[in-house]
Amino acid sequence: MNPSNAILIIAEHREGNIHPVTYELMNKAKQLSEVKNNPVQVLLLGDLVEQLAKDLSHYECDGVFYIQNPQLSTYNTDAYTHCVTTFIKETHPEIVLIGATAQGRDLAPRIAARNKTGLTADCTALEMDENGTFLMTRPAFGGNLMATITCENHIPRMSTVRPGVFAKGQRSDTTYCEPVKKEIDFSDIAIRGRLLETIKEKKQTANISESNVLIAGGRGMGGKKGFELLQKLAELMGGTIAASRPVIDQGWVDKAYQVGQTGKTVRPRLYIACGISGALQHIAGMQESDFIIAINKNEDAPIMKIADLAIVGDVHKIIPEMIARLES
Amino acid sequence: MINIVCCIKQVPDTTEVRIDKEKGTLIRKGVPSIINPEDKNGLEQALLIKEQNGAFITVLTMGPPQAKQALYEALAMGADRAILLSDSAFAGADTWSTSLTLAAAIKKLDYDLIFTGRQAIDGDTAQVGPEIAEHLNIPQATYASGMILKDKGLVEVKRALDDGYERIEYAMPLLITAVKELNQPRYMKPSLIFKVFQRQIEVWTKEDLEIDQTQLGLKGSPTQVRKSVTREIGGAGEVIKTNPKEAVDILLKTLNKKKLIRSQVIS
Repeated sequence: MNPSNAILIIAEHREGNIHPVTYELMNKAKQLSEVKNNPVQVLLLGDLVEQLAKDLSHYECDGVFYIQNPQLSTYNTDAYTHCVTTFIKETHPEIVLIGATAQGRDLAPRIAARNKTGLTADCTALEMDENGTFLMTRPAFGGNLMATITCENHIPRMSTVRPGVFAKGQRSDTTYCEPVKKEIDFSDIAIRGRLLETIKEKKQTANISESNVLIAGGRGMGGKKGFELLQKLAELMGGTIAASRPVIDQGWVDKAYQVGQTGKTVRPRLYIACGISGALQHIAGMQESDFIIAINKNEDAPIMKIADLAIVGDVHKIIPEMIARLES
Repeated sequence: MINIVCCIKQVPDTTEVRIDKEKGTLIRKGVPSIINPEDKNGLEQALLIKEQNGAFITVLTMGPPQAKQALYEALAMGADRAILLSDSAFAGADTWSTSLTLAAAIKKLDYDLIFTGRQAIDGDTAQVGPEIAEHLNIPQATYASGMILKDKGLVEVKRALDDGYERIEYAMPLLITAVKELNQPRYMKPSLIFKVFQRQIEVWTKEDLEIDQTQLGLKGSPTQVRKSVTREIGGAGEVIKTNPKEAVDILLKTLNKKKLIRSQVIS
């Protein structure tokens, strides 16, 4: 078969829903495809996923393919790598995009190694330049450096992208294509690793790495009461609370909300740091944020130096004022 | 007794890296080199297995001659053998080429378990571990936050996911990538610190490996760095000093301008 020149997206789904990162990648792929007219294709793997494949076809793309098998009912590195590789060998896509979720980051390197090609992880920008060269930009050195990577002599060119980095496209009432079922031979794959149990953690502990708006508090919030205020503000702004290490050490909020070297690395569109001085280990975990607002009494606090907007003032006055304004 | 290979990487402590604002480059001078933190979690797990079940631990790293320092530290923590892969031909390798080189070295060793960190703090790719597993055609357990050795060569691994965790059982050989929740790495043993410097660190070059030499280093890497720029952080921000009401005015207007908030709340 001739190379399809396609931009292929490996879809991800959880509990019967397509993961948002799949739609985000489809939308980005459509923009990338404009230079060379690459078809945008999506590959979905699972058991009984025909309906999900139909859902995908409501978002702009040129092809939706799905592979159905009971062996794919839960994610498995071996089965997924086999299916995706078989599909790649058959269709020769130019680019393969995968969400940088726990699943995608397990799968993508395995596929890249099997297909003897390069992979660029956690891209924050993807571009097709006027010569048709695919440019992948990602942070390195703890976010101190932005590196633009190419993969010119190997295909597919592969990258992973974190959820929330790109915007999702509009769902259309009509479908863009008819999903196509692909048959894959499962007889010769060894599936190693037997899933014993999956535990979903409570929804209340929102995944701060996937939130677009984080309202983060530090020691300056004074205690649990201060975090109730931040919680309220976060709800009004459609965001999630987050916290610095001293707050976790004090037991004001759960460790799942911790941002920093020993917590989570986040890169939301908006990060509001309230009463956080900005120890290096905290900054390492949030400096990737697109827009940083810091509210702090101390004008010289390190966080004020990296903020796009630094407000010198008392969080206990400013936060209630914000809440009042947003509620009115 | 089981054989364990721990892959470690010497990295600059990125929390100490500063940017030269005038030149727009990283200031690496005076930045300490450390064993990548999550690689240390992998090594710690190997040491725990050695204490409980008996094991022979080989630490393996690829890097310039000064990466020996990381291997000495690993020996002083309790590893049994240390190998440095060092050759100018390895320089500039991307994750594909690095994993192929490490896998070629591991093929020369006996292994039941291989540990790597989830990701290195200077690159953050989380690719080298799974790519080594693929080159060796063995299974991988990524994001390990817990593990137990069972009978009959089985290993149960608790994998940390985005929204919870899963428990998976594998047969050895197996490659495990460690996250920091796996354990608390120990310090070097004072009694070993002095002894390790009398030990020889084996240095392997490309001649010691059975590998297609066109796959090595920068030339053998599918991905190439087109350009790299330091991120502009700090300095450019606006500082607001006013009363709370006006401060909130400015704040909300900024959010609106940046389309970070629904516009109807501004009036």
